[in-house]
Amino acid sequence: MARAGKPKLAVWKFTSCDGCQLSLLDCEDELLEIAGQVQIAKFVEASSAAIRGPYDLSLVEGSITTPDQAEQIRQVRRQSRALVTIGACATAGGIQALRNFRNVPEFIAAVYARPEYISTLSTSSAIADHVRVDFELRGCPINRHQLLEVIAAFINRRRPALPNYSVCMECKRRGTVCVMVAKKIPCLGPLTHSGCGAICPAYGRGCYGCYGPAQTVNAKALADAWEAAGASKIEMHRVLRSFNANAAEFRSAAETLDENG
Amino acid sequence: MKTVKTDYLARVEGEGGVRIRFRGDQVRDVQVRIFEPPRLFEAFVRGRSYAEVPDITARICGICPVAYQMSSCAAIEDALGIRLAPEIGELRRLLYCGEWIESHALHVFMLHAPDFLGYPDAIAMAREHREIVLAGLAIKKAGNAIIRAIGGREIHPINPRVGGFHSLPPRSALVELIPELESAHQAAMQALQWLGRLNYPDYEGDYEFVAVDGGDRYPFIGTGLISNRGLNISARDYDAHFEESQVPHSNALHSRLRARGAYVCGPLARFNLHFDKLSEGVREAARRLNLTPPCYNPFKSIIVRGLEIAFALEEAIGLIRRYHDNGDAFIAPPSAASTSTGYGVSEAPRGMLYHRYRVDSAGLIRDAKIVPPTSQNLASIEHDLARVAPRMISLTHAEATRLAEQTVRNYDPCISCATHFLQLTIER
Ligand code: SF4
Ligand code: SF4
Repeated sequence: MARAGKPKLAVWKFTSCDGCQLSLLDCEDELLEIAGQVQIAKFVEASSAAIRGPYDLSLVEGSITTPDQAEQIRQVRRQSRALVTIGACATAGGIQALRNFRNVPEFIAAVYARPEYISTLSTSSAIADHVRVDFELRGCPINRHQLLEVIAAFINRRRPALPNYSVCMECKRRGTVCVMVAKKIPCLGPLTHSGCGAICPAYGRGCYGCYGPAQTVNAKALADAWEAAGASKIEMHRVLRSFNANAAEFRSAAETLDENG
Repeated sequence: MKTVKTDYLARVEGEGGVRIRFRGDQVRDVQVRIFEPPRLFEAFVRGRSYAEVPDITARICGICPVAYQMSSCAAIEDALGIRLAPEIGELRRLLYCGEWIESHALHVFMLHAPDFLGYPDAIAMAREHREIVLAGLAIKKAGNAIIRAIGGREIHPINPRVGGFHSLPPRSALVELIPELESAHQAAMQALQWLGRLNYPDYEGDYEFVAVDGGDRYPFIGTGLISNRGLNISARDYDAHFEESQVPHSNALHSRLRARGAYVCGPLARFNLHFDKLSEGVREAARRLNLTPPCYNPFKSIIVRGLEIAFALEEAIGLIRRYHDNGDAFIAPPSAASTSTGYGVSEAPRGMLYHRYRVDSAGLIRDAKIVPPTSQNLASIEHDLARVAPRMISLTHAEATRLAEQTVRNYDPCISCATHFLQLTIER
């Protein structure tokens, strides 16, 4: 139970697959140690005990897709000294933000026979569209080593030391030969934020952008490179419209491709 | 009137609640309410390339992404007429073993065992049962190591694709896991003794058990379904035998057998239908715990998960020993001539997972249907709760809540999957 002086950690879930919070339970070697350093005050997926706020650090998974959630995230913000979003859902709306580009009643009717029972917003939005966010951890799912760094940083009241270059840099550090150059495999790595360790190219496939946009994005140049690799603009458009479809840079990159046919 | 209500079911994946209403001593009704908001996957795979589907459906569930990838691949390969090389099927089975080990260890040691001993979570349990929690974490880690080696990462692996894998992991990367898997197996066999000493509520249900037909092997990925009441069908005939209905209190659909109603899938179903295909060592361990099929006590599913962990570890070690990395990583699909429909079934850790896709000649998905295990078990979960509920009358609210949660957790429900968790309300 509560021991004075230990920082309080809370984990919140909105619309998501639970994969990002599972990353915390996947820290098999560190979990009991973390539990010794912080008080896990609220983590519904792992514990039926809950300790009231305020919390020193709230980790937020998932996007906002219902009116209740839009209200709840404001309450979470009020109770949290620091609020960090974990993953593409919380940071950019997630795969479920594909609804933002389509007709939601039609979507619901495709899944449910009695659509009138289902309450949902027509958009899936990022946490930062609703409240102030202190740090955004990227990825679908997040990288658990980066998560440990974020927790350590916020507990010690410093900024997380995480690079924000592109997946290409991570390939170079890992010594992976560029799959676009060597094998003509279309890859979104140049546009994609680092953090995963450049897994896909190491397994012989192109990056599909699950860590969201890197800081500087030159979509036009990449579209040309994709064409040279034998991939159509339509294919690149589809990849941009996936797990981070609603991230501003990916959204506008997809729109640029639209305009150029 | 008395109501027992848990607003948020803790320690399940996703969000839901339970409401049980009494009139006097009679249970009036039971509702497992799923308020996890829908994410509408079946709708947004429409119009996408078949090649993207395993990556997209993985995101239905962070706990069992491999199951989604495997059922998706099997169904799409069926539609496209792809016949996999046997070695690819074996590597998928190995990947799937990793997910059973990881997901079962999470559920057994971190989510379900605390119910039996009255702890709020595994961290609190670790203060008095440190050894068992550490053993559980080590087992879980071993499962994750398999998924990472083959899939690239534990959650939402990137390597599986329609037709096989993007690349074959080097044999050495798998062989080096064997010592860790062997010690996890030892830990699992010891943990079974510990599980055998827990107190099991004396309760039995009258269930129809449904599982994938694995031929002469314990099932992971298959093409047919069987039950203890005579069901024996091809996955293609799923829709003729099963139906899904929507209930107002839930964002999850309920599925039923058209002929006989509620049924159960998952570890207990597999154990009861496929006991003879477990290894001799695991069957012997089950007998020592007086657990032989048929077992109708859902609370004992925690032991069955323990047995399946031991089995999956043995299976994984054998699959690695036989593995070679010199074949083709995948088979390129023939270009589809016309629109065709494919069907896939596989055994997610929590039960059977059915996928169906219609793929057009351009390789785009026209229509998709996904039936996760939790939807299939929801009707049985409500039945169990209704039958356990009279015992709640004499309990305090906290005790009643614990019993309700434990009853739900027997099924290791994954609510994120099914919406497509739990709060208990008991009205007395
Ligand atoms: S970002 Fe991806 S892994 Fe994380 S919760 Fe969302 S869908 Fe799951
Ligand atoms: S390479 Fe790209 S798609 Fe693959 S895991 Fe990394 S960010 Fe995600």
